[in-house]
Amino acid sequence: MKKITPTVYALLLIALLAAPFFGAYPVFVMKLMCFALFASAFNLLLGYTGLLSFGHAAFFGGSAYVAGHAMKVWGLTPELGLVVGTLAGALLGWVFGLLAIRRQGIYFAMITLALAQMVFFIALQAKFTGGEDGLQGVPRGELFGVIDLRNDLTMYYVSLFVMVAAFLLIARTVRSPFGQVLKGIKENEPRALSLGYDVARYKLLAFVISAALSGLAGSLKTLVLGFATLSDVHWSASGQVILMTLVGGLGTLSGPLLGSAVVVVLENKIGEFGRLLARLTNVDWFNSLGESVTMVTGLIFVVCVLAFRRGIMGEVISFVQRLRSPPNSKRPAPSDPVVRRALEG
Amino acid sequence: MGLFNLPNLPLSALLSQLLLGLVNGSFYAILSLGLAVIFGLLNVINFAHGALFMMGAVLTWMGLTYFNINYWAMLVLAPVVAGLFGVLTERLLLRWIYKLDHLYGLLLTLGLTLLIEGAFRSAYGVSGLSYDTPDALAGATDLGFMFLPNYRAWVVIASLGICFATWFVIEKTRLGAYLRAGTENPRLVEAFGVNVPLMITLTYGFGVALAAFAGVLAAPVIQVSPLMGQNLIIVVFAIVVIGGMGSIMGAILTGLGLGVIEGLTKVIYPEASSTVVFVIMIIVLLIRPAGLFGKEK
Repeated sequence: MKKITPTVYALLLIALLAAPFFGAYPVFVMKLMCFALFASAFNLLLGYTGLLSFGHAAFFGGSAYVAGHAMKVWGLTPELGLVVGTLAGALLGWVFGLLAIRRQGIYFAMITLALAQMVFFIALQAKFTGGEDGLQGVPRGELFGVIDLRNDLTMYYVSLFVMVAAFLLIARTVRSPFGQVLKGIKENEPRALSLGYDVARYKLLAFVISAALSGLAGSLKTLVLGFATLSDVHWSASGQVILMTLVGGLGTLSGPLLGSAVVVVLENKIGEFGRLLARLTNVDWFNSLGESVTMVTGLIFVVCVLAFRRGIMGEVISFVQRLRSPPNSKRPAPSDPVVRRALEG
Repeated sequence: MGLFNLPNLPLSALLSQLLLGLVNGSFYAILSLGLAVIFGLLNVINFAHGALFMMGAVLTWMGLTYFNINYWAMLVLAPVVAGLFGVLTERLLLRWIYKLDHLYGLLLTLGLTLLIEGAFRSAYGVSGLSYDTPDALAGATDLGFMFLPNYRAWVVIASLGICFATWFVIEKTRLGAYLRAGTENPRLVEAFGVNVPLMITLTYGFGVALAAFAGVLAAPVIQVSPLMGQNLIIVVFAIVVIGGMGSIMGAILTGLGLGVIEGLTKVIYPEASSTVVFVIMIIVLLIRPAGLFGKEK
């Protein structure tokens, strides 16, 4: 993988830099980038720490509101709006984390889901969120008071910069000693504990980082689209980000990027796809596929869990590894150092 | 809601909200009971429980609308149909994930939820389907200090009956003993010649039937719609966190109690009624992280 990976990322970056000049609709690509960042932040928690948060919509949507409010009502500049949104995500993540870490496994997921539902109801009732209408008309303003973001192309490159910076931060975190401890906790929590790591603190920190970056993604989305709505805080957004990560590949850096693209494109284009199928197969039902997004999403969930748990990138990576490993060594060496030492005598 | 145009006495308002709280509490109790039973044996948190509750209600509506089957027949039929659906689901889908991390069970049943809700949504949209209270239970009884709507009283009684029957079977009978033993140590129970996979299938079917039963009871009181189970299941999750899933009686009592608290909140501070259960969950997590009836591991 050593030579391929940087090449692929470089190509992706070049493609993203050039996309607006080849007919890609900048706002759509920006939306994609926001979700890619959201999914990458989520993956840091589920894929690398093994914690399933079912409440990430609260950080994404909550920060979207806070950043929107900061920019619209307080009149903050966009960069400060993003900072405020990120901090709001971090703070909310810290509160969620403190509570949810008191229980493990399946309870962790249920607690985060319940807390996020509470945030949803608060967003529904609070005055500053605009209730059912959402927070509308957030101005893009001028970056550092100088660069006008109302131009879609300028906004596009600013978003791309934020996205790349955040992604590099996630990659750095995963590869840092801190990230290795997180993986250790995921693989074997009792061992990490017995080695003297303060597991609860590591989990909490991972949770806060993930929430903060999800908040950044939500804030960026508000900045790009100019509004924040209830659908961003609804639990289905949490389900969506789980799906993106799962489809792309849990615990791979590139997985969430691909997964979010697949899910967003699917949700936007499924109607067209259905009409195409209807024309090809003459089955009239496919014409209404656009209205059955929920069912299609559900089906993908079921298929992924039953047959495709490694996700697209997970499969690709293991395929490449199989190609490269010498044909007679069927099993890769166990990654666990203790087991390996025992086997090697 | 015409029944509630009573003189605006705080007491009667309080009592009627209390009853409404008990009605919701009954649904919470049946649903969290089903979740606990399923989790005990399958180690799967059934996210689809809300969707199956909805399925029970919509099946009841379909029974009356398409086949002219009345409420009482559907009270038996809907749980049976849903239960069979559950048995099929377990055999075809859930079976494959028992050896994996618990999280996959949640994700798989989330997918199922989206499938079920999506299917009903594309058939009936999101607007409500109205279902009338069965004639025998229409009207209200004057208790002197309040009017007691008959149907609501019936919901509470029927739910409590089902809950206690379930409790009795699990805690006091031989079948229940197998079930509890299976929860504790499935391999050993299998070694004694009990067909554990069959037991697991039937348990899931039973849990699903319970959810559908609650759905039938709910059809005349909560507006029937494909999305009616969505928010409910999250509240039930919070209740399960509060009560812990280790105890059947604990699940029943926590469900009822929180329904009542929610009802009372509607009188005292209506704005908080949708969040009060979550606030209580936070408090319980701070004071007793294992849950009220849970055991510290």
